[in-house]
Amino acid sequence: MVSIGAAVKEPGSTRKNKTGSWRTFKPILDIEKCIDCENCVMFCPEGCINKKYDIDYDYCKGCGICAEECPVKAIIMERE
Amino acid sequence: MVLKVMSSNQAIAEAVKLANPNVIPVYPITPQTTISEYLAKFVADGDIDAEYIRVESEHSAISACLGASGTGVRVFTATSSQGLALMHEIIFAAAGLRAPIVMADANRALSAPLSIWNDQQDSISERDSGWMQIYAENGQEALDSILMAYRVSEDKEVLLPTMVCIDGFILTHTVDPVDVPDKEDVDKFLPIYQPDHAYLDPKRPMSIGTFTDPNYYMEARHDMELALQRAKKVIAKTNQEFADIFGRKYDFVEKYRSEDADIILVAMGSICSTIKDVVDELRENGEKVGLVRVRVFRPFPTDEIYDAIKGASKVAVLDKNVSFSIGGVLHNNIQSKMDVDAYGYIIGLGGRDIKPSHIREIVEKTKNPTHKTQWIGLNKEEL
Amino acid sequence: MELSEKEFLAPGHRACAGCGATIGVRLALKVLGENTVAVSATGCLEVITTPYPETAWEIPWMHVAFENAAAVASGVEAALKSQGKLDTTVVVFGGDGGTADIGLQALSGAMERGHNLIYICYDNEAYMNTGIQRSGATPYGASTTTSPHGKESFGEDKPKKNMPMIMAAHGVPYVATASISYPEDFMKKVKKAAEVDGPAYIHLQQPCTTGWGYSPAKTIELGRLAVETGSWVLYEIEEGEFKVTYRPMQRKQVSEYLNAQKRFKHLSDQEKENIQSHVDAICVELKI
Repeated sequence: MVSIGAAVKEPGSTRKNKTGSWRTFKPILDIEKCIDCENCVMFCPEGCINKKYDIDYDYCKGCGICAEECPVKAIIMERE
Repeated sequence: MVLKVMSSNQAIAEAVKLANPNVIPVYPITPQTTISEYLAKFVADGDIDAEYIRVESEHSAISACLGASGTGVRVFTATSSQGLALMHEIIFAAAGLRAPIVMADANRALSAPLSIWNDQQDSISERDSGWMQIYAENGQEALDSILMAYRVSEDKEVLLPTMVCIDGFILTHTVDPVDVPDKEDVDKFLPIYQPDHAYLDPKRPMSIGTFTDPNYYMEARHDMELALQRAKKVIAKTNQEFADIFGRKYDFVEKYRSEDADIILVAMGSICSTIKDVVDELRENGEKVGLVRVRVFRPFPTDEIYDAIKGASKVAVLDKNVSFSIGGVLHNNIQSKMDVDAYGYIIGLGGRDIKPSHIREIVEKTKNPTHKTQWIGLNKEEL
Repeated sequence: MELSEKEFLAPGHRACAGCGATIGVRLALKVLGENTVAVSATGCLEVITTPYPETAWEIPWMHVAFENAAAVASGVEAALKSQGKLDTTVVVFGGDGGTADIGLQALSGAMERGHNLIYICYDNEAYMNTGIQRSGATPYGASTTTSPHGKESFGEDKPKKNMPMIMAAHGVPYVATASISYPEDFMKKVKKAAEVDGPAYIHLQQPCTTGWGYSPAKTIELGRLAVETGSWVLYEIEEGEFKVTYRPMQRKQVSEYLNAQKRFKHLSDQEKENIQSHVDAICVELKI
């Protein structure tokens, strides 16, 4: 069963696809070091770091941008 | 009923005014241009409350139509020949996205060589797209077909676009008496377009135009086939409802003195008026000839055509188009879908005049056919 | 600038790890908010976000073909206007291919007609979706699969098509260049674009880890290098008035930017010098 015109009426339904399985390295945040600059929040291509700095590992692809852009190196990429 | 004399282009513009689309993107091309001009004047005078987009090409015209239709409103555009060919990519997309766009096509030959004159190659070449196709014989039918097209296309059982085809110059630039219906009657006949399947509304976000992998594409296409089949019932129902309100009854085919005919001619569009005159003439001389005019070309009305022509001993199909190395498309479609003795005649390409003598020639040739397909009216030197 | 909490591009989409395009879209939509309709051209962004039956878009979205995003958006804008939805923003996302090359006609028409929409070109400087082929936006010296470096060639031998200036020549009231690595600058520009009554054009440079050849973690760093070396200038043109919006404190050598990417690795010192002179000329003129 395909919808009319293959349109999708469920916004954000890519959430069903857990891209967390893609990664080799996992970002680990040390909240003590965090200075609340929101760099990681802004620069995550998946948008899976929220303003409280919870990382949604269901979707994190392990690209490492967050670790790279953290000015105080509060995030480290660990091999999973 | 007040009859006004007007060109088929003007008749179509009047129909669009009555149908009241929200968005009208147009690009000029001979011989459709005056449709765009009438509409522009209507908009400028406030007779239609529509956004008139002066797009920069036909590809953008149909793209803007699709964007607006996807947003959830009624739209209209018109084109011809090269413009329709330029739209080709999006013609397929529009049908695939199930947008109930209604478009007028002023039938004109395709380049090369360049020609502005009439034949039906342009719309015939879009027959695989999933669009419904209506071929009108005169201005009244053009007007009525536009109104019915919106009704059928927007029906939730169908949701496919329609092109209403009129012969370029022959219909677009000659005048007919036309009864322009009253707005109140049209409003009774044509409800406001309120789609469930395609709309761009931030309150209920949806994504239109996704990409499908092999697991999904074929079903989407099969759904279109089913929609086109359901369209036949909707067309029949709409034809009746139109007749009930406006007093004019249209059908998939029009039978003209064909019930007891030995030889039946089959054709589409304005040429049928000429054929009717010749049929009358030949009938005077005791010849049993008749005409079956195909009005709805897609969905192809196999049963209705077969029913109308099965009684004849021979059928002559006239095509203002050619599918090279195959012959005329209407002939080919008929021959492939039903068991009749049908002969194909390619005529009138690039605006080549079709005289009553050509029709008589076709009838004669069909009595003793030598070829399955023949070209009629070529200059003698070429033969 | 206050960042909206909500993500208008859901995760789970098929972008490469470290994709710059999704960063750009996320930031733009955080500024534009939920009363927005997006139109995409065929390309990376469209394909990664809408594999049927899923969609990453949390706002209404439409895609038709490669070259007609601006024409489709013109129709959407007109339709919304006819429905009285004058507050709904229409934003178009087209790649450099779908904007500067195949999409140029539709874009030119839409801009000339003055539709009220924001066109954001996410420029990764090649046809990335089909595997890194040269586009009109591919910079001088870059190696792509259709402008590969070889014994007879050093790669792309034409400069980048100047899309922002072409847009300014159309009289578009707000034109800007931006970079995902300078998010506040970008988001300010998106906000200005949204406030324009009429068309606005933002050309967003977006580093591409797969196409440019660098480790995914460096996407933002690469964008920064582009700007800090003067290879990509951040400016805006408001009602015809040109203004640079960011000047690096100390302009770095272009080679630092070029050496960080595989697509420029083949360049000789002379070729890099040529590029440096070219950048110098522009930057001296703009006082960067």
